[in-house]
Amino acid sequence: MSDVEILFLIIAVVTLLAALFVVTTPNLVHAALWLILTLFGVAATFVLLNATFLAVVQVVVYIGAIAVLMIFAIMLTRRVMKDSGPQTNANWGWAALLGLTLFAGLTFVLINSGAADASLPALAADVDPLVQLGQELVSPNAYVIPFELASVLLLAAMIGAIAVAWKE
Amino acid sequence: MGDPINLISQWFTNLLLGWGLAENLVIVISLAIGAAIVATLGMITVIALIWVERKIAGRLQDRLGPNRAGPYGLLQPFADMIKIFTKEITTPDGADKVAFNIAPVLAMASVLLIWAVIPFAATVVGTNINVGVLYIVAVGSFGVIAVLMAGWSSNNKFALLGAFRAVAQMVSYEVPMVIALLVPVLLARSMGMNDIVAAQTPWFIILAPLAALIFLITSMAEVGRAPFDLIEAESEIVAGFHTEYSGMGFGMFYVSEFLHVWTIGALIATFFLGGWSGPGAENLPILGILYFYIKTFIGYFVITWIRLSLPRVRIDQLLAFNWKFLTPLALVVLIVTAIVDKSLEMVGVERWAYALIMLAANLLIGWATVLILKAIEPARARQRVEFEPRPVAVAPKPTDN
Repeated sequence: MSDVEILFLIIAVVTLLAALFVVTTPNLVHAALWLILTLFGVAATFVLLNATFLAVVQVVVYIGAIAVLMIFAIMLTRRVMKDSGPQTNANWGWAALLGLTLFAGLTFVLINSGAADASLPALAADVDPLVQLGQELVSPNAYVIPFELASVLLLAAMIGAIAVAWKE
Repeated sequence: MGDPINLISQWFTNLLLGWGLAENLVIVISLAIGAAIVATLGMITVIALIWVERKIAGRLQDRLGPNRAGPYGLLQPFADMIKIFTKEITTPDGADKVAFNIAPVLAMASVLLIWAVIPFAATVVGTNINVGVLYIVAVGSFGVIAVLMAGWSSNNKFALLGAFRAVAQMVSYEVPMVIALLVPVLLARSMGMNDIVAAQTPWFIILAPLAALIFLITSMAEVGRAPFDLIEAESEIVAGFHTEYSGMGFGMFYVSEFLHVWTIGALIATFFLGGWSGPGAENLPILGILYFYIKTFIGYFVITWIRLSLPRVRIDQLLAFNWKFLTPLALVVLIVTAIVDKSLEMVGVERWAYALIMLAANLLIGWATVLILKAIEPARARQRVEFEPRPVAVAPKPTDN
């Protein structure tokens, strides 16, 4: 195994274990803290793939904004230091079945598509990937429509939040 | 001979390679040693800073500051260090032990991590990643998490209240801070820290004084120093999120706060004061380090000066100032800078004319802001709610049993 593969295995195991703890720990704040470790593991995976921009954005958006807001909301609830009730209800078997089916399906698709055997394409030496990403996002030949649609959607959500919170 | 740091690093790498170690391993070892040196340097700087800050505070408040231990009180920080090292570290009953003890480490790490991308000189930089600016914002968010963890795990109402205030403040002020940071990125056409330094002819404080001002204000709020220190307002919530910490647990929060202020000085120097650049710095990187430290100290001194001069603001003033003033101003500055920059590039003007027009655009925005503030001030004065005066102390009403 190469160094990168060993690193990937360590990161993957940490990420998956943390993800497991997110759903099994009885304490909500602990679950949120494990979620942060999971998201950090995903960011580390992006680094291994040479996608530094995505890695940093993952940390800024998911850890810096979403996880913090979640913990903030959880801490505003009553009895934050106490454990909540049991982690499962009567439907846990169906949920497990659904999860396993999804996992099997994704694995099947990935293996069949040949992506599992593909090696990482080398980056072009003379182009800054960040500049390229930026230009693709606003280029009419590439992703300008999805990009603008997402922007409009987020703007609408923002206006909606203000409208909901507006008094009078 | 002008670059001793790379010389030593080169020599060390060759030494390890000569021992027959694999090349990858040698890179990992030298990077780890470099990281350890940078982190240690940061913490050693804090020892000096504590003395400097107390001396500045003393002078500004018309007193002497520490002057008992050693000449000019220079040994005072060491006395404090020995004291804090020998104190017992307690974990309160009912606290969440793991989170409680990780939080100070995380707070420290979030500040030290920033130093990984700061260029000390043309050739002395931890890693010159192409997303340096965004990386700084990203590791800053670990600081928010550390505060949340500390406040929540202490199992103390005051700590929790302090954490709430801290997070509300940090998350809000991050918005104008990131927008203000976009201005140097836009002017330098890069998010890499060394590229931003290299692009500063003239310094960005001339091209973007308003962005520099917004960055200064917002980063002071990020650290939670006066006038934004209602995170740990002693008269209201004991000590905020670190109420329950003792010994080195508190010490780490304390050191990380000092180091954060110094780091902000370094960021202001890098983004707006030309970083390591100066006469002769290209050929003699050791001079660049000197310039960098001088500029960092200027930023640090200004922050300390403001801290010691202004009273604490209220939470509503703090949030209103951020959302109703700083954020719109930062957006306007960003849009105007982008438009002016692009049009000047299309026209193709000389560099000095470019700088002059940029400065004029910033002054124009500043002038317009003052005019708008003056125009809405009477309207705001009318809105001010007058409360019924309440007696300060009244005897409780006798209750019928």
